[in-house]
Amino acid sequence: MSRVGVFVCHCGRNIAHTVDIEKVVEKIKDVDEVIHIESNMYMCSEPGQTVLKDAINKHNLDRVVVAACSKDMHEDTFRIATKEAGLNQYLTEMANIREQCSWVHEEKDKATEKTIRIIESTIEKVKRNQPLVPYQIPVTQKALVIGGGVAGIQAALDIADAGYEVVLVEKDSTIGGKMAQLAETFPTLDCSQCILTPKMVAVGRHPNISLLTNSEVENIDGYVGSFKVRINKKPRYVIEEKCTLCDDCVSVCPVIVHDEYNVGLTPRKAIYIAFPQAVPANYIIDPNTCLGIDPLICAKCKEVCEPRAIDFDMQPEIIEEEFGAIIVATGYTPYPIESIGEYGYGTIHDVISGLEFERILAANGPTQGVIRRPSDGKIPESVVFIHCAGSRDPAKHLEYCSKICCMYATKHALQYKHLVHDGTAINFYIDVRTAGKDYEEFYKRAAEEEGVIYIRGKVSELLQDGERILVRGVNTLTSEAVELHTDLVVLATGLLPSEGTKEISNILKLSCDNKGFVKEAHPKLKPVETAIAGVFVAGTASGPKDIPETVAQASGAAAKAETILSSDFMDRDPVIAEIDENTCGVCHTCIHVCPYGAIYYDEPLNKIVVREALCEGCGSCASACPSGSIELRNSTYESISASIKALLRSG
Amino acid sequence: MKKINLAIALGATCAGCDVAILDLNEKILEVFDLVDFKFWPTAMDFKIDDLKNLKDGEVDVGIYHGSIRTTEDAEIAKILRKKSKVVVAFGACANFGGIPSLANMPYEKSMFDVVYKDVPSMDNPEGTVPQTSITIKGTELTLPGIRKDADALDAVIDIDYYVPGCPPMVPLIEQVVEVLKVFASTGQLPPKGTVIADTKTLCEECGRTKPEEISFKDFISPQEVQEIDPDLCLIPQGIICMGPATRAGCDALCTKMNVGCRGCLGPTDKVKDHGLKMISALTSLLDVDVEEDMSEEELHKVVDKIPDPLGTFYRFTYGKSLIYNLHSEEEIK
Repeated sequence: MSRVGVFVCHCGRNIAHTVDIEKVVEKIKDVDEVIHIESNMYMCSEPGQTVLKDAINKHNLDRVVVAACSKDMHEDTFRIATKEAGLNQYLTEMANIREQCSWVHEEKDKATEKTIRIIESTIEKVKRNQPLVPYQIPVTQKALVIGGGVAGIQAALDIADAGYEVVLVEKDSTIGGKMAQLAETFPTLDCSQCILTPKMVAVGRHPNISLLTNSEVENIDGYVGSFKVRINKKPRYVIEEKCTLCDDCVSVCPVIVHDEYNVGLTPRKAIYIAFPQAVPANYIIDPNTCLGIDPLICAKCKEVCEPRAIDFDMQPEIIEEEFGAIIVATGYTPYPIESIGEYGYGTIHDVISGLEFERILAANGPTQGVIRRPSDGKIPESVVFIHCAGSRDPAKHLEYCSKICCMYATKHALQYKHLVHDGTAINFYIDVRTAGKDYEEFYKRAAEEEGVIYIRGKVSELLQDGERILVRGVNTLTSEAVELHTDLVVLATGLLPSEGTKEISNILKLSCDNKGFVKEAHPKLKPVETAIAGVFVAGTASGPKDIPETVAQASGAAAKAETILSSDFMDRDPVIAEIDENTCGVCHTCIHVCPYGAIYYDEPLNKIVVREALCEGCGSCASACPSGSIELRNSTYESISASIKALLRSG
Repeated sequence: MKKINLAIALGATCAGCDVAILDLNEKILEVFDLVDFKFWPTAMDFKIDDLKNLKDGEVDVGIYHGSIRTTEDAEIAKILRKKSKVVVAFGACANFGGIPSLANMPYEKSMFDVVYKDVPSMDNPEGTVPQTSITIKGTELTLPGIRKDADALDAVIDIDYYVPGCPPMVPLIEQVVEVLKVFASTGQLPPKGTVIADTKTLCEECGRTKPEEISFKDFISPQEVQEIDPDLCLIPQGIICMGPATRAGCDALCTKMNVGCRGCLGPTDKVKDHGLKMISALTSLLDVDVEEDMSEEELHKVVDKIPDPLGTFYRFTYGKSLIYNLHSEEEIK
């Protein structure tokens, strides 16, 4: 026989408005094994918790049901209160009579009856609960940051400054990411490189940061506290310590390809450095285009290299390390404007993407900051900026708003006006979204003070008309068709999750939203946490963001990682899956269904094993297990059946 | 050593269980040394009165096979219970209702109409269906009545031991003989409710290898497969195999022959509804590309490839399934 105590919360009017609390108390009072019941205005308040603690001791309760809101809200609150009263915290259960009852019903009688059943059902469960003890797992005090854009840089610096070791892995030859390609940043118009490079330099020389560029994470095993990570450090073919950055190799290299840093607007050689401020400051040979990986064909760079820094035999290096926490900062990729057929990208030379325009604006770009159009190098007398190019268009393209495009298109127009004073800048927009500090002022400055023209409406078609581009669209404020000629069109495209974001989500089994961005553990309250303990996300890997928000998230994720790294051991919830070896036939179904990779087959012992620290207690395996051998602690078949029977009882 | 009094009674059965006992071959001689047959109408000349005339409790071990289909089946089961110290449910029918219990599905038409009128091979212009009594030339002839449902044995009597299988395989019957031997020499019996079969599932003894990813893309029938890999688990090959949900003990007779397990040994101790568990496992393993992007029709197309889902997942255990319990309860109301 258990001694169950039931505490019913009014939640102000939230519950009491639709549920007759007095009647509930009257009914539950007579349920078997219920020793004590009372209601309280706010169970989660300090006095409410005191009521619970006092009752546990006064009535010698050994099981507790708190009928209030969702477990997500206050399970911890009441578990801690239970523990403080000297009772095992896993002997307390919450009955959700708010989200699952009072908020979704209107008829008081029926809602009251449902509340009674929910509480009875929870009583059946809690009676079958066993006391559990959280278990402790050791923590490797080192963090892995994946992605070397501004988010990864900031996160790595914060963790390193806090005194922990960090490994920063970047796919490209340098850190800096998309921000290093930008000309100036809204709304302050400060030079992107100038504010980013100090951070890049700091990463390069921080004693706590090991920087692995030209490297990719290949595999991640393990769990919070001890993730086992395999990193492939690809060969640069240039020995970093010997290279003196003399640039002699570049002039002799016969291979010319598009330069990724300038979004293909300029050529580069097969041996190159991404940009002068690259960190690490090192040349690299692109093995896909270099002829000399087979030195019999070409070894021109090797011949001229005085310090003998070029090594064609360099091999990939596999690095295996253990980390306590992981930050995913794998960023975004712009929506491919080739997909927007009506805008003619690729056939009309002077239709360019926002990122291409950034490079044209940049002082270190292909035109040294003079705005010249790609087709003939003329300075355009008028430029059309199209907002929402490929965005907010569920029928054909992205359905969502990418948040930053209105602002960067406005910035582009403003910068154009600053450089070509008598030029005409026209922005076609759906709405101008300027939600950010000083953003609205920035837009007002462009539209009202600096003469940027804003036309509300969508451009339907772009056509080459002689040397100029014919823009056809509609002004939705005047309901008139718009037709005008311009010299250059810049498409403000939205943001997609990057390839890296997709790859890492696969490796880590992170859940993603339908767009492919990493899903946060809670969209509001856990914005940098993921469903996997110890894995955090920062920046555009979890959705479109501007730079301030990205940097704030990076610091947030770093702080979250530090809380893990700061102790030698961490507590883990013991409500996890357990396998009954007596009935398990080792069919492997559970291994396939586990979203966390927490179940594996132990070949020597011929049995299925749950890695306790990886298990998040989701129960997928328990429902899929065909032999019924897996149960979640305190959610056994028996207890679930008893709960369901109580819910469905007749009468 | 005193011989054990044994009675083997039967209900709605194909008598395969009797044949299975004879499949013991020379070991059957040990059985004859061990027991005195008090009742076994399939093999010897016994009539129901021979069982009725025994004293209550005179039979040490009463074995019953077949499901409870007719009123007579239920009556015989009750008599067996009364006369026996220990009752064993023998075979899938007595354990779970077996194949006859598939007729318990609530159809629009009565079972008699389906069987005696609608079957294409039936020539029955007068629409005659079996009656419980008929008077011919002033003499009344009677037949047992058909119960509404075909049930497992424990729907009508209390059971001590369970031997599942369709029919129980020789290794399991040998285990029963061993139990009888111990009982004869020491009077000791296993704890009530014991299932004489393995506790684990078939995968344990199947021997086929499991790939790392056990998922599959499509359900296929064995006859559609060009060549079945004899060493690889059948499920990743798309062949429905009830093995993961079914008790071991048969020495993987079917899967050794490239045929998916049909589930005749029923579920493990932990599972109440055999078919439901297998459906939930298979649907978890079905790796349809991105389920949420698929339309309802596309999903149906995949699932529609399962031939006779009820007969596949509940071939032997419909009489013990939750859905059967559910609709039978509703009917009672």
